[in-house]
Amino acid sequence: MKFNFLILLVAGLLFQQSSAQEQPHVFRGAKLYPISGEPIENGVLVIQNGKILAVGLADNIQAPADATERDVTGKVIMPGLVDTHSHIGGVQGGDRSATLHPDVRAMDAINVRSDSFKRARAGGVTTANIMPGSGHLMSGQTVYVKLRKGNKIEDLLYCKDSLNDVCGGMKMANGTNSLGEKPRSGTRAKSAAMVRALYIKAQEYQKKLKAANGDPEKMPERDLQMEALMQVLDGKRIVQHHTHRHDDIMTVIRLSQEFGFRVVIQHGSEAWKVADEIAKAGIPCSIIMIDSPGGKLEAVDLRYETGAILEKAGVDVAFHTDDGITDSRLFLRSPALAVRAGMSRGKALESVTLAAARMLDLADRVGSLEKGKDADFIILSGDPLSVYTHIEETWVEGLKLFDRSNPEDRKYSVGGYEVFRQNVVAYEAEGGME
Amino acid sequence: MSSKNFDKMAGNATMRSLLIVFIIATPIWSQKIAVKGETVYTMAGDPIQNGVVLIKNGKIERVGPASSLNIGSDYKILSNKIVTPGLIDAHTVVGLAGYYNQKHDQDQLEKSDPIQAELRAIDAFNAREKLVEWVRNFGVTTIHTGHGPGALISGQTMIVKTNGQTVNDALIKPTAMVAFSLGPNVGRNFKSPGTRAKGVAMIRTALLKAQNYAKKMQNKKEDKRPDRDLKMEVLAQILSKELPALITAQKATEIMSALRLANEFDIKIVLDGAAEAYLLLDEIKAAKVPVILHPTMVRNRGETQNASYETAAKLQQAGIKFALQSGYESYVPKTRVILYEAAIAAANGLAFEDALATITINAAQILGIDKRVGSLEKGKDADVLLFDGDPFEYTSHVCTVIIDGKVVSDECR
Repeated sequence: MKFNFLILLVAGLLFQQSSAQEQPHVFRGAKLYPISGEPIENGVLVIQNGKILAVGLADNIQAPADATERDVTGKVIMPGLVDTHSHIGGVQGGDRSATLHPDVRAMDAINVRSDSFKRARAGGVTTANIMPGSGHLMSGQTVYVKLRKGNKIEDLLYCKDSLNDVCGGMKMANGTNSLGEKPRSGTRAKSAAMVRALYIKAQEYQKKLKAANGDPEKMPERDLQMEALMQVLDGKRIVQHHTHRHDDIMTVIRLSQEFGFRVVIQHGSEAWKVADEIAKAGIPCSIIMIDSPGGKLEAVDLRYETGAILEKAGVDVAFHTDDGITDSRLFLRSPALAVRAGMSRGKALESVTLAAARMLDLADRVGSLEKGKDADFIILSGDPLSVYTHIEETWVEGLKLFDRSNPEDRKYSVGGYEVFRQNVVAYEAEGGME
Repeated sequence: MSSKNFDKMAGNATMRSLLIVFIIATPIWSQKIAVKGETVYTMAGDPIQNGVVLIKNGKIERVGPASSLNIGSDYKILSNKIVTPGLIDAHTVVGLAGYYNQKHDQDQLEKSDPIQAELRAIDAFNAREKLVEWVRNFGVTTIHTGHGPGALISGQTMIVKTNGQTVNDALIKPTAMVAFSLGPNVGRNFKSPGTRAKGVAMIRTALLKAQNYAKKMQNKKEDKRPDRDLKMEVLAQILSKELPALITAQKATEIMSALRLANEFDIKIVLDGAAEAYLLLDEIKAAKVPVILHPTMVRNRGETQNASYETAAKLQQAGIKFALQSGYESYVPKTRVILYEAAIAAANGLAFEDALATITINAAQILGIDKRVGSLEKGKDADVLLFDGDPFEYTSHVCTVIIDGKVVSDECR
């Protein structure tokens, strides 16, 4: 009997790493923030095969017999954070040959070995929308990634078929960042006219496709730009729109209504001035939280209260890091400062999880602790909105990919000599914040 | 009160006389304030539970436990959970750098020459700058501001309070230090220096020239003395230790250069930035040089690539005198808020009161203004803050800001 147990134990230790996903894991005793429901004191989280098996009160959960038990009493567990706007991985987009680049894919320019991925995991980020910069009206296709340990970008994608699936959003920008010398637009009205002309072209292309009705003789020639824009017109690819000033925000709403595309307002520094208009249009907002206003003309009226004002108006609110504008390691600081300025705790926590997942069409996979969803979660030392709290572990699809108690991981949390060796803000050359 | 109501009321003789009494009485009344806190961090001894700070004529009259103090009926009472001294940002450029970030409001760096010690901060400070108001509302009552990093010698710095309509209203010290920078950032703004070593050589040459100038100025015969030279005058003041050199040095190489300069010319220096200070704790300690550390959340790029959230804790542990700064930002955020920077240091190994000291009493000592500000003690300026919770918590608020005995902000932020 004893001998058998020993064999089992040794075998268990040997296979612990590789079988982490097959064997159920039970996390017992933490305060759980499922986001989809009320917080659970003394909760239990069960995961298996990279998915969540069960979430709930200790009394209500029957743990599988073969499960690995872990006592996390005193800790807090919440879903992995979803960053709706990030520039990690040294991402790039369209170049200076044009200002409209619907064919350019961010996924073709991401270095998955970049330190910035480790930094983001240290900050609890498990899903990110990696975007090209805001220096162009349309700088290209963004990419939704899961922060798995990957060897190539394909290992991180949400989509299964990078050639045929919709793997991200469409980055657009208006306001001053995208203005400039030809081929850029010189004025705001010209910006809108150029964008409208492009969408009208896409509508025409769509008409031809429909008319051809699959007949290869009548099909228009393949056009990478038009194909991506048709996904936008079909509502499959969400426009992720950099915009700050209230009038620029109204332009975004006007264009989205004219062409019927789905859009997320990104940054929205002056969204508080047009909160009711945004609510009426049913458009969600992903907000940038910056310590002080200014630094650029469009951000002089930036306020901490924007999240609270939008919440009150009934707008779906997220925050984002815009990494390297703010640091992924401090992502939870954004919703916390929003709470300081009047946002509810519940909506603030939702803003970096489930609300953010909705803005990327990923809410069926991530954003909350619910049975059947991906086992992406973080273990924190305390209240997620406290400055003193540290993210202790980040789990992605059932695997622990950041552990603060491991010195090798910890350095990505605090920094130090030769920790961050890559310039993470290459996109600034294209116009910056963003 | 709207002016219309004022006219109506003033039309009535009785009201008019009442109004006059009111107007005269108000300032006297507001000069006496009793600030009560569940915990009062005086930064001069242990915190006081249920403490009171009595304020009269812009100064701190008394500090002590509520049980031992009588509060006169003519004192306005303000109370909240936590009371601290007004915060001191030990190095910033706000007031010279404005929030629009356009050419017309950026006076922190003159790029016509890499050595311009003669530039005075008082000639470029905008007391009404929005960023000054912004940091004031978050409890910053004193700032060491002026010419920024980016030139070998960019100019002078000064110390001001964050209230006042003009630089004169705000002034504590018109010339506090002279700002030096080492490292490759200087090369981006000027044709020369193009290397670290050339930068040091240029500074040494300028200081040698100033030594010579100072010597000639000592000549007993007035006609043998050289003509006045603004640049040389200021450098001579550094050589005579009247003014410290504030040397921005982030990498270990640059920190060592700064210590070497201090040694060679026997000058007083303050190390600024010091992102790699954790590599040279013994050397900095031995040199007895204070440090004004980079903002805790400084971005890990360029010269501050190797910055760590834990450097503050390491300096404390090594017994090195240091303060925190909000620093210079070229983009967004256009200024940092020093309270937040201390908070992140406190969350990364620095004890609560030590973190608070880096933005109050330690900063005051390094800046040489601790007789006036930095702690809640009898006779000091009545710069006092009231918080509704732990000052470092993201979700706490600065609810009242008092500068020189006047409430300058009473909205929880």
